[in-house]
Amino acid sequence: MIGAIIALVVISGTLGDLLNSLGMKRHGEILDWSAASMLLTVRELATNWYILASLPAMAISFFALLSLLSVSTLSFAVPMTASSYILETALAKYLLKEKVDWHRWVGASLVAIGVALLSF
Amino acid sequence: MRTATLIWKTAVVSLLVIAANVAGNYTLLRGMHDFGEVATFAPGPYIHALFTPWVAAGVALMAGWFLLRLVLLSWADLSYVAPITAFAYVLTAIIGHFFLHERVSALHWAGILVITLGVGVVAITDPETTPVHAAHTPERPH
Repeated sequence: MIGAIIALVVISGTLGDLLNSLGMKRHGEILDWSAASMLLTVRELATNWYILASLPAMAISFFALLSLLSVSTLSFAVPMTASSYILETALAKYLLKEKVDWHRWVGASLVAIGVALLSF
Repeated sequence: MRTATLIWKTAVVSLLVIAANVAGNYTLLRGMHDFGEVATFAPGPYIHALFTPWVAAGVALMAGWFLLRLVLLSWADLSYVAPITAFAYVLTAIIGHFFLHERVSALHWAGILVITLGVGVVAITDPETTPVHAAHTPERPH
């Protein structure tokens, strides 16, 4: 049961991030910081299917984390979910075709280990 | 391309994302603590909590965090943004120690150090490694 909830937290959270990244890569780089342009951006994002699809994924991840915390301890739950940093780096490389060099692998691994240490 | 402008705006927006995350978590936690325990799946109490000042501020900050993170993702890689914004954990622990006088164990200091190292290693990489086009400009025929 706990294993299933951990999987749900990690998978839905990672899916949400992937969809956000895909949606924004499609949208294009935000260069104009004027209020009018920002409003236009928000309107565009409200019709961006990737961003819209990321919302339920992120909500599921959030509520699954809450339910995980209610059935397990922080020091068990957080290290397990910290693995999502490694998973996201792998998916960014293979699905989003980002150039992930050794710095990013080392950095993501250190972050995952550090987040795990913080929960004990 | 790692231009000065790109480095600056990436640094500024990353810091804003991290700050909004930490401030949002703190205000939400404080707001829900003041509001009292809500152990139900019924939406009523949550909606009521939304109209208390701390919770409302927390929700606004989290909405800001989400939008700023999207802004950052409009040019920066996911494999850059995800580890970098984990610095929020470090900031939360440091604020807890110095402002809220929470005890930080040796293991937690080790965690803070390891995350900071990881963020540092990712921060020296090029934030964008995939082709990025500008928003609001129709693509010109070649």
